[in-house]
Amino acid sequence: MKMLKKLMCSAVVSAMAASTAAHAGSISNDEVRIGYLADMSGTYSALAGPGGLEAAKMAIEDFGGKVNGKKITIVGADDQNKPDIGANKVRQWIDVENIDMVAGMVSSAVTIAVNKVVEAKDKISIVSGSASSSITNQYCTANSIHYVYDTYALAHGTGEAVVQEGGDSWFFLTADYAFGHAMEADVTEVVKQSGGKVVGGVRHPLATNDFSSFILQAQASGAKIVGLANAGADTTNSLKTAKEFGVVQAGQKIAGLLIFLTDVYSLGLETTQGLQLTTGFYWDRTPETRAWSKRYFERTGAMPSMVQAGIYSSVNHYLNAVKSAGTDETKAVMAEMKKTPINDFFAQNGQIREDGRMIHDMYLAEVKKPSESKGDWDLYKILRTIPADKAFRPLSESKCKLVAGR
Amino acid sequence: MTTQVLKNSAVEKGMSKTKMGFMLLLLIGLVAPYAIYPVFLMKVLCFALFACAFNLMLGYAGLLSFGHAAFLATGGYITGYAVMEMGVTPEIGILIGVIASAAMGFVFGKLAIRRQGIYFAMITLALAQLVFFLYVQAPFTGGENGLQGIPRGNLFGVISLKGNLPMYYFVLAIFVIGFTIIHRAIHSPFGQILKAIRENEPRAISLGYDVDKYKLVAFVLSAALAGLAGSTKSLVFQLASLTDANWHMSGEVILMTLLGGVGTIFGPVVGAATVVTLQNYLSQGPLSSWVPVILGLIFVVCVLLFRSGIVGEIKKFTKKNFN
Repeated sequence: MKMLKKLMCSAVVSAMAASTAAHAGSISNDEVRIGYLADMSGTYSALAGPGGLEAAKMAIEDFGGKVNGKKITIVGADDQNKPDIGANKVRQWIDVENIDMVAGMVSSAVTIAVNKVVEAKDKISIVSGSASSSITNQYCTANSIHYVYDTYALAHGTGEAVVQEGGDSWFFLTADYAFGHAMEADVTEVVKQSGGKVVGGVRHPLATNDFSSFILQAQASGAKIVGLANAGADTTNSLKTAKEFGVVQAGQKIAGLLIFLTDVYSLGLETTQGLQLTTGFYWDRTPETRAWSKRYFERTGAMPSMVQAGIYSSVNHYLNAVKSAGTDETKAVMAEMKKTPINDFFAQNGQIREDGRMIHDMYLAEVKKPSESKGDWDLYKILRTIPADKAFRPLSESKCKLVAGR
Repeated sequence: MTTQVLKNSAVEKGMSKTKMGFMLLLLIGLVAPYAIYPVFLMKVLCFALFACAFNLMLGYAGLLSFGHAAFLATGGYITGYAVMEMGVTPEIGILIGVIASAAMGFVFGKLAIRRQGIYFAMITLALAQLVFFLYVQAPFTGGENGLQGIPRGNLFGVISLKGNLPMYYFVLAIFVIGFTIIHRAIHSPFGQILKAIRENEPRAISLGYDVDKYKLVAFVLSAALAGLAGSTKSLVFQLASLTDANWHMSGEVILMTLLGGVGTIFGPVVGAATVVTLQNYLSQGPLSSWVPVILGLIFVVCVLLFRSGIVGEIKKFTKKNFN
């Protein structure tokens, strides 16, 4: 009797052990489910939006639609740039629809809110659209990756490279809120370090329509470079006004700190020519980027922004990690993703750091003159490569709780 | 004698109808989280309370405020700040948020109630925009990133609100309290005077009522309840952001109230539920890039075809066919 009891006990224990072992090496719900969250209809819909969803779908199709024999599915949702809608959607995705990974994400308020939810529920998020470098600094989590670019990279990349190209006196046109101030401070620091000087600046209220007085001040300053520390519609409007006042024609150059290929396309070369900017990806850079972008163009009718290209690359990297880890369990996949370098058309030797920042080469680009452009999307000249270790905030300056010694 | 009795029973019947509606709603509210996702329901309740507070101004005092987002945001930010930085319990946090919104409502009201109609709307809009820019700049709001990671905390220091179900019942209780306050206010002599002011202000003045005082009290009450909605919302989503302070939010609450039925007690609840459901469920799937367009279309249809809103039309319909 005692013997039997012992036997039964050991049988139960071994059965349980076997089942947990099987569980650890498996895909939850027999499916890898990805949620794509972005602004699909508002201000930022061109740079990520429906195009980003298409890029993510391409990545899944190219992967064969299956990982380790289990189906990959994707759902997309519009966060309408509202953090409560985005956070609620993701909470529901994880609680009810068993989503394993969230991709996309543009507005930084939405991203930070979503990352908090993802951290609490122990799932994964890969941020491609947001700019704020705080995502991997004070708001960093062990469950999130910031993939494409951030404000630090844009400010430092553009600031340093422009000074080295000879633009050593700056005038800032800054949006008067936290983002603008942070951008201006970052660039100012870099410009001074690189031997340039800041001759002045002017702050404009958020969402202004009339930039003429600000542009006139910029012209009167005599600075070689007019830095635009603003975003979205403010950048677009300041560029239009600058064009009307002939800023570039008069010999000054404009440096855009947050501007995307899709913005340049919609503004046209006439307005944006000579603009210098930092980008994480340009379609017409290498044969690989051209090949992928051509396929993307055939599906969407537009060339990809760096965000859309990054979404493809990040989904692909995630699926590869699931494949080699043999599971979609968060810890294992995150470890695998951080361990493996990223080598594809988007990044060469990209590496995800412990704070979640993916570091890769960035590029300083100048917008072509209309006479130099050979096609609708022939928009940038790549002036130089900013190496990965120079482009992003070094870990020694990080405030992230995950970085050793903090 | 007989007519008196008949009248009394009719009054009782009328009373019990609202009561029955309320009881039914409460019952649905109690069991709903077992069928529908609780966080979504909490959102509906927060916006329903917000719309009810707004309806108190538009439906009963006849004043269209275009700045109610300021109160929603103030409630959210102040509660979030109190809970995060001062470490108070959620109910104290909400109380502080409500007091802040009420105080702001007092200032807004003092300035705005001197005018009527479109001028009133413009003054409230202008003041709300001032508040918006204040929140963009103020360091404690976290600017465009918002206040993030507000802890839900422990109710009265004991009951953990971390789980969705306890939080839901807490939100439901707050909604019921807010809703009861509004219901009581409307059906009190105070509410009657508000309606009188809405219908004919000069006559109310000639009857000896201090119209401005009544309007101000209504405005402060409405602001406080909007703040209550904002405070609760910030705990539900654990964030407070500029979305709530934006003038779009003031427009959205007008849409909710008009869609549900302005001047009806249940109208704003139905309107809020409709708008939030559309925003939430349409955001996923093939129509995801069309949410604003669809909401706009619905608004156009509502204004053209059923001006008294969903509940208003149902009321009209039952009155016509079952009386």
